[in-house]
Amino acid sequence: MKFLCVDCNKQMAFEERRLPGDGTLAATFKCPTCGRVVAMLTNPMETQLVSSLGVEIGGRTVPAQPLETVRKMVSTGRDDAFVEGGDPRGHAAGSNGTPTWSAEAHERLVRVPNFVRGMVKRIYADYAKERGIAEITPAVMDTARAELGLEGM
Amino acid sequence: MLPIRTYHDLTDADRSGLPEQIGAQRKRVAERLASVGRVIAVMSGKGGVGKSYVTAHLARALARAGRPAGVLDADLNGPTIPRLLVIPRAPLTAHPDHIEPLIGLDGVRCISMALLLEDGAPLAFKGPSAESFVWRGAMEASALRELLSDVAWGTLDTLLLDLPPGMQRYIELCDILGAPPAVLTVTIPTPESGDAVRRAMRAALERGSQLLGIVENMTGQGFVGSAADDLAREFSVPVLARIPWHPAPDAWSALGGRL
Repeated sequence: MKFLCVDCNKQMAFEERRLPGDGTLAATFKCPTCGRVVAMLTNPMETQLVSSLGVEIGGRTVPAQPLETVRKMVSTGRDDAFVEGGDPRGHAAGSNGTPTWSAEAHERLVRVPNFVRGMVKRIYADYAKERGIAEITPAVMDTARAELGLEGM
Repeated sequence: MLPIRTYHDLTDADRSGLPEQIGAQRKRVAERLASVGRVIAVMSGKGGVGKSYVTAHLARALARAGRPAGVLDADLNGPTIPRLLVIPRAPLTAHPDHIEPLIGLDGVRCISMALLLEDGAPLAFKGPSAESFVWRGAMEASALRELLSDVAWGTLDTLLLDLPPGMQRYIELCDILGAPPAVLTVTIPTPESGDAVRRAMRAALERGSQLLGIVENMTGQGFVGSAADDLAREFSVPVLARIPWHPAPDAWSALGGRL
């Protein structure tokens, strides 16, 4: 899917993705010549179709996690299906730029279903690390969730 | 009418890079399977002929013969391989870039949706229920891709994929692998099974799969017919094994030796 500014005959560039939380998606595109911005709005079924392909509109900003689509999308997963293995890079929280978790953020994390919790924790940590964020707080989680499309996590 | 350029006319860099994301997924599958000697799809097109039973015992026979084997249970909605391989109930270990398979009888490595789902629960996805047929197939194909690419299979002689009845999963598999897998077909002796298996074998042949041969299962116990011989003649492939209701252990070793 691409967007063309007909007046300028220019391909519009992706600007921003928003997930309002109701299953819909909004993505904005801007004409590099005249600055006109359009928003693409998808209904829940269309949004789901994109999710089901394991791709992200706007591109990936953190690495894909193993079984990411399965863990994000299966609703009948066993609570004890996964245990998290160690980080082979041996990074402990707080070392080598690996972020720490505030008590409030940790409290929120433990409310995430176990089927997906370990993966979500890694995604938030990767997000914070890539941006040089030292401590993950609920505010960081909110921003990451919106930016990365982690609805319901 | 305004002159409007078409999709392929627009070639500026695209930040979403959806084709590149799909390409990266395919590359990840290829890299993960680089240490796997051969991928074999076990299929029939017909339900209830014993594909999973044959798959599990064949994998065990290969492993016993010193040929490390894995089984990917591609029957996402009716997974049975963990029970057949007597895999103990244990969580899967998730690392930052891979999942460890669980180990069944004779050291066969395994991944299955049965290891992930609540006991007795169907495979269900989050998302809108209306028109779910539009996206469910794509979701299952993504799950299959992730089971291939995200499980650390290690060095295997053979990875067997236990396919569900029908052709849909085989077609998805061809797309995900980027090349058609070798195919082992399973039938029972009856002409009804032969009809369904014939369609599956023809589809596999048209896709370019190598047909390794046919296993005739449940022979000698009330099922009358010559489906395996008929199909073998028609497709010029061997009948690799005839498996009775109570096969001797060496039946599986013999089958493994022919692959």
